[in-house]
Amino acid sequence: MNTFSLILVNLGRNKRRTVLTLLSVTVALFLFCALSGVLDTLDEAIHVGSETRMVVRNHMSLVFPLPLSMEQQLTAMPEVSSVAVQNWFGGQDPANPHNFFPQFGVESQTFFPMYDSEVDIIEASPPQGAAAVPAGMNPKLASFMEDQTAALVGSDLMKQEGWKLGQTVTLNGTIYPGSWPFTIRAIYRSKVKAFNSAVFFFHWKYLYEKSNQQATAGIYKVMLKDPSQAAEFARKVDALYENSANATHTESEREFAAGFISMYGNLPFVIRVIGLAVVFAILLIAANTMVMAVRERTSEVGVLKTLGFTDATIFTMVLIEAAAITVTGGLLGALGAKKLVTGFNLGGALPPMTVRWSTVWTGVAVALVIGAVSGLIPAVQASRLRIVNALRRVD
Amino acid sequence: MAIPLSYNVRNVIHRPIATLTTAVGIGLTVAILIGALALASGFQAALRTTGSPNNAIALRKGADDELSSGVTRETSEILRARSDVAAGPDGRPLASSDVLVLTYLPRIGQPGGSNVTVRGIEPSSLALRSGVHVTQGRMFNPGADEVIVGERMSKRFASCRIGDRLKFRQQEFTVVGLFVAGGSGFESEIWGDNAVLMPVFRGDVFQSVTLRMKDPSRFDAMKKELENDPRLGIQLKRENEYYADQSSLLAGVIRFAGVFITLIMAVGAVFGAMNTMYAAVGARTREIATLLVLGFSPLAIMTSFMIESVLLALCGGVVGCLLALFINGIQTSTTNFQTFSELAFSFQVTPQAMVIGLIFSAAMGVVGGFLPALRASRQPLARALRAL
Repeated sequence: MNTFSLILVNLGRNKRRTVLTLLSVTVALFLFCALSGVLDTLDEAIHVGSETRMVVRNHMSLVFPLPLSMEQQLTAMPEVSSVAVQNWFGGQDPANPHNFFPQFGVESQTFFPMYDSEVDIIEASPPQGAAAVPAGMNPKLASFMEDQTAALVGSDLMKQEGWKLGQTVTLNGTIYPGSWPFTIRAIYRSKVKAFNSAVFFFHWKYLYEKSNQQATAGIYKVMLKDPSQAAEFARKVDALYENSANATHTESEREFAAGFISMYGNLPFVIRVIGLAVVFAILLIAANTMVMAVRERTSEVGVLKTLGFTDATIFTMVLIEAAAITVTGGLLGALGAKKLVTGFNLGGALPPMTVRWSTVWTGVAVALVIGAVSGLIPAVQASRLRIVNALRRVD
Repeated sequence: MAIPLSYNVRNVIHRPIATLTTAVGIGLTVAILIGALALASGFQAALRTTGSPNNAIALRKGADDELSSGVTRETSEILRARSDVAAGPDGRPLASSDVLVLTYLPRIGQPGGSNVTVRGIEPSSLALRSGVHVTQGRMFNPGADEVIVGERMSKRFASCRIGDRLKFRQQEFTVVGLFVAGGSGFESEIWGDNAVLMPVFRGDVFQSVTLRMKDPSRFDAMKKELENDPRLGIQLKRENEYYADQSSLLAGVIRFAGVFITLIMAVGAVFGAMNTMYAAVGARTREIATLLVLGFSPLAIMTSFMIESVLLALCGGVVGCLLALFINGIQTSTTNFQTFSELAFSFQVTPQAMVIGLIFSAAMGVVGGFLPALRASRQPLARALRAL
């Protein structure tokens, strides 16, 4: 019988306790990894955006629009390959005003070609449009392009709202008053993390005309000919408008997304604190279990020592036993988080949840540390135990 | 006959390490629950204390918040001239037609920034919002390019200290004072003269008109009359309700997330408590048998162990409450995505949250203690007495 099988036997001697401890570590590490996953997702959201597409917004704040005259000026700049207006609509479903989902009026002819490689059109109604689409646009968008009131809806949003292709959806405008009917002409699925699969797109032209030409530009999306000109282009645009009534702030889509994330403020810190509390709580629980486990085998340890097991061997045995429980639990919990939490939609401006492999391994490492620390006291106690005392004790 | 409570108390004290580790495990779970509730309450409290039930706020029909609202000067004049609007000390109507915008400012000590609300108010109607007073510096002068900043914002955002200059569009404004407003959402704003800010921002349109009602109990009648007036195209809300509504979304999300996280964590803590209670039962096999022989019913034994488990968990609950007290009053801020603007607030550990925490810990004790207690009450007598 070697040391390894002795450890196995020890783990099995009180199966209920081993299982309970293992499960509590599993649950804790699941939570730890799921919370770290939120941090991964925030981090991802900062890094996934394109660095070659630029966003021009009002310097004062995103909620201020920009004049329409800017479009021509931007398009005429030598660095620019295309420009598209994008407006936040902020409409509400009259049946359920608190059900929030993002809606954008976009300049379809230029907007969708910009995102052609990132978005798949999975269904359209009617499936074949009659007219040709502008260059660079997915031909499946033909029926969307033909209908002034058409909407292009993300697959996740379709599922969430239980909508059907071809259906008419009426929204109440909050920024643009009135009742706005839309017909769902196409459904898209995002191929990249940066592009949200739960957005409601429609023609900016519809917004402009139905609002009695009140709508201006929320932001401009600008595609550059040469991505390396991004920083220079941003400086140039902002300098151009600096002393106009509408000073601009130009940044890459990536920086724009990062700006949104920073609005969450202290959230990452709060999540870290909770994660630490979870780990510490579980450390205490695991330590308590190990102390109990070793205490009830005091006389056994005495026997082992009598048989010639060294203090160091006993010490290692207890530590390995503790680590075996916590690392198994940690693996289960971390992998469980990876499996269950990934893809979960947090809503808002965030891409679907990501749990990175590095987070999974961090979780396992944390579990190992919990095992080592929780096993330390009982391991020291057991290794220092004098045979006489161990064998004399009766309880 | 029931087993005396002191038996359980002594037993809990008898195993200090097991009690302490289990209790702290449960305590941390409870602390996180209370912490989440305190975060939500603090956020909600900031908005709930904003505005007064004696004031009514008019927004454009269909607009959810001031940001998307627009009220014409004409409408504003009609509203102010009404006979049911209270008069200020100067005899003029106690009403403020506000212009409101957001400005993106960088945070201090953290990367990135957020949108801060800038409100142009009627300087003569400061009395409309009670509890507002300037703590440092002075009030802005009517007609001047000056603003005052909520105290909470000035610590969190760049260019918000006295003497700093803020640029809105092409015009620069000097920060001349800091103000408090009883912990309300107004403290997260920057205030200036509406007459000066209006042309800078969106031209000749107000975002809201707030007025003091002569008789607040007549609000419903007033609301009905104004909302049915086709000239106006406005909706009327009680000011305090308008602001309180803005907290529902985020407070709901925080509560949901807090309870969700706590429930998962509680599962882990309950397993730990079960371990401790099983060990307690195991160590007292002979004792329990003796009690049974003495005539205590299995139900009494079970009850006793359940009580012991709940007692242990309640110790944890108390630890949790004490831990949570440390976060009470800590200030933080976040973007309220309902209004897209930053709101500063403090954690508020309410007695109610602590009671919920204690009840929650007791529930963990019940769940964790049930199986071990059941086992204790079902000891086979003969074998238990023989056990060493």
